[in-house]
Amino acid sequence: MAGLAQVAVLLVLLAAAWRPLGDWMARVYTDESDWRVERVVYRLVRVDPRSEQRASTYAVAVLAFSFAGIVLLYLLQRLQTLLPWSFDRGAVESGVAFNTAISFVTNTNWQSYVPETTMGHTVQLVGLTVQNFVSAAVGLAVAVALTRGFVRSRTDRLGNAWVDIVRGCTRILLPIAAVAAVVLVATGVVMSLRAGVDVIGADGRSSTIALAPAASQESIKELGTNGGGILNANAAHPFENPNPVSNLLEIFLLLVIPVALTRTFGRMVGSVRQGVSLLAVMGGLWVAMLAVIWTAEARSASFAGANLEGKEVRFGIAGSALFANSTTGTSTGAVNSLHDSFSALGGGGAMLNMLFSEVTPGGVGTGLYSILVVAIVAVFLAGLMVGRTPEYLGKRLGRREVTCAVVVVLTMPALVLLGTGLAIALPSTADAMTNAGPHGLSEVLYAYASAANNNGSAFGGLTVTSGFFQTTLGIAMLLGRFLPIVAVLALAGLLARQPRVEPGPGTLSTGTPLFSVLVAGTIVLVAAITFLPALALSPLAEGLA
Amino acid sequence: MTTTVEKDTETRPSPVTGTALRRQLGAAVRVLLVLTVLLGVVYPAVIWGVSRLPGLHANAEGSVTPGGTSSLIGIDPVPADPAADPWFHTRPSASAPDDAVAGLGPADATTSGGSNLGADAADLATAVAERRAAIAAREGVDPAAVPPDALTASGSGLDPQISPEYAALQAPRVARVTGLPVERVRALVADATAGRALGVLGEPRVSVPELNASLAPVAPGIR
Repeated sequence: MAGLAQVAVLLVLLAAAWRPLGDWMARVYTDESDWRVERVVYRLVRVDPRSEQRASTYAVAVLAFSFAGIVLLYLLQRLQTLLPWSFDRGAVESGVAFNTAISFVTNTNWQSYVPETTMGHTVQLVGLTVQNFVSAAVGLAVAVALTRGFVRSRTDRLGNAWVDIVRGCTRILLPIAAVAAVVLVATGVVMSLRAGVDVIGADGRSSTIALAPAASQESIKELGTNGGGILNANAAHPFENPNPVSNLLEIFLLLVIPVALTRTFGRMVGSVRQGVSLLAVMGGLWVAMLAVIWTAEARSASFAGANLEGKEVRFGIAGSALFANSTTGTSTGAVNSLHDSFSALGGGGAMLNMLFSEVTPGGVGTGLYSILVVAIVAVFLAGLMVGRTPEYLGKRLGRREVTCAVVVVLTMPALVLLGTGLAIALPSTADAMTNAGPHGLSEVLYAYASAANNNGSAFGGLTVTSGFFQTTLGIAMLLGRFLPIVAVLALAGLLARQPRVEPGPGTLSTGTPLFSVLVAGTIVLVAAITFLPALALSPLAEGLA
Repeated sequence: MTTTVEKDTETRPSPVTGTALRRQLGAAVRVLLVLTVLLGVVYPAVIWGVSRLPGLHANAEGSVTPGGTSSLIGIDPVPADPAADPWFHTRPSASAPDDAVAGLGPADATTSGGSNLGADAADLATAVAERRAAIAAREGVDPAAVPPDALTASGSGLDPQISPEYAALQAPRVARVTGLPVERVRALVADATAGRALGVLGEPRVSVPELNASLAPVAPGIR
């Protein structure tokens, strides 16, 4: 009962934030004026904030920005010995630095290193914290550009990527993250520039526990659906997530922007109902998957009588299942419990959240554009059934539009299945697994699902430090992030160029419960068709054994 | 605004030319550097500054008391004499040294993490069985009475808290070894117990660092 009430508290908080935050974000991306700090930024970087870009230029800007981010982050890690607050942690090894640079720029935050022994505070703050912000801002920008594609007609301009990225940081992410960081310190999250603190046990022995400037990164790590821990145990570490209050706040932060973006979308396209119908899909699947994961964990006796392996006492089964469902449904990847130690169906549920292509409710920005792409596919399928050219929000969905949508939908499954297949074919992969049999396959499948969906959580038992995993997972993160972004921006350009068509008698009515069911059905169907064979060999086989 | 990078780019017939690429890359580097100063230096510096305020400062540095105890970090105490063990124990840790019985024993504090063993893994079955036997012997109880949190390693390896059931299981042994009345020990356990926040968040739990710290000054049998 307390567990259900905990979920209710979370939902009330999200409902309260939905309207003001959604409206605020719509204003941020339609405002004609700039804040003073933004004017300073535009002057420094020599960008005219009133100029607008074509889809291709917008895409080049996003790609160039991300490329520059990867290079800077790689260099910071490799040159760590020259930086202050590095505590002799040394230059980061090249394979780790390559993987980590891609991981944080793509909003994945997959971690193939132990943070407290690898990264000094300067790399954490100047490198990783910054990418926690800007990778989320890029996701927001792409989602807004796609929304403008629906809103605008007969134009080839989608807005200005630099303005969208800067405003996402200054007006949305930074203010919320700053307030949340202070609240997190008040709950007990550390914010220290020291390397560690000596703790004396009851027996008189002294142990040094690593400290970090955690609070400022913890807040944006959840808010930006990033997920990379500043300490190895991530949000299971008492210094990152000390009690049930911080736990609820962190879950709230990782859900709030993806949820509120549905209202932003509705406001921008002039019909809140359109956003609500997408929120219904996200919320419906989120609740269903919570039920699956929670029930599976609560019913699993494992060997100890309750499956508390990898879970903290302060969160228990309920708080761990709620976090796991939210972190995998939002492409965050932070964990407050170890998914590898979940029961077969509980861990499989977390994996399935990712295999739904991160739309329950998905990452910051990525969730909205991913579900819009699925909505386009759903409208197209419905159009095929009645034999009419499909329309969505006053835009015809022709061959080119649907091609872009299908590229987005197919990128992730292709990367996951090819990556997993390749890894399993290598004899060395068996040695990298902690668990044998179907659970070992789950570890590998989970890794590629996590990378290609830019989630970043892991079945941590898989040792991914080999050159093969560092490289292939890095490539999966890169392609899983940027192929869809380029296709989405191309789609946005095609939509913006079209004139608006008035709804006719054959137009499928969107923004209705029926439409929500259609979109949800498409999500489940696509995931089932692509992943059922793989899932049957891993979590399902394990669960039935 | 004086310079117009975008407009020059946009008037070209083919938008993605080499020049356009160079211009966007130049803008990208400049935007990245400016945002790095704002988000990677100014923002954390402000949060760090605010965390120096009284009431936040202790939290920010790890919630360590003047006596050196942190209520947030659970590292299992080692009794000087295993036959006369006066301490309440934390949960097993996956980072405990290999010679400890299946993770019973102090964690390796230099890092954090869990076992990652699957819920059906044979290695987990072995570890749970070893822990069950060791704890039942230590407490002098039926192996079936040992609660789940005592048999499983936490995700962090540093979980400072145990279930009220595990604390109740240890109380009689602690009372016997320390010479305190068992009611006194149970009262100390109650003081170190936290309920669900707001009545609904999280789980009831007993803080082992707080409990052992409160035990040491009053127990005649230790120190």
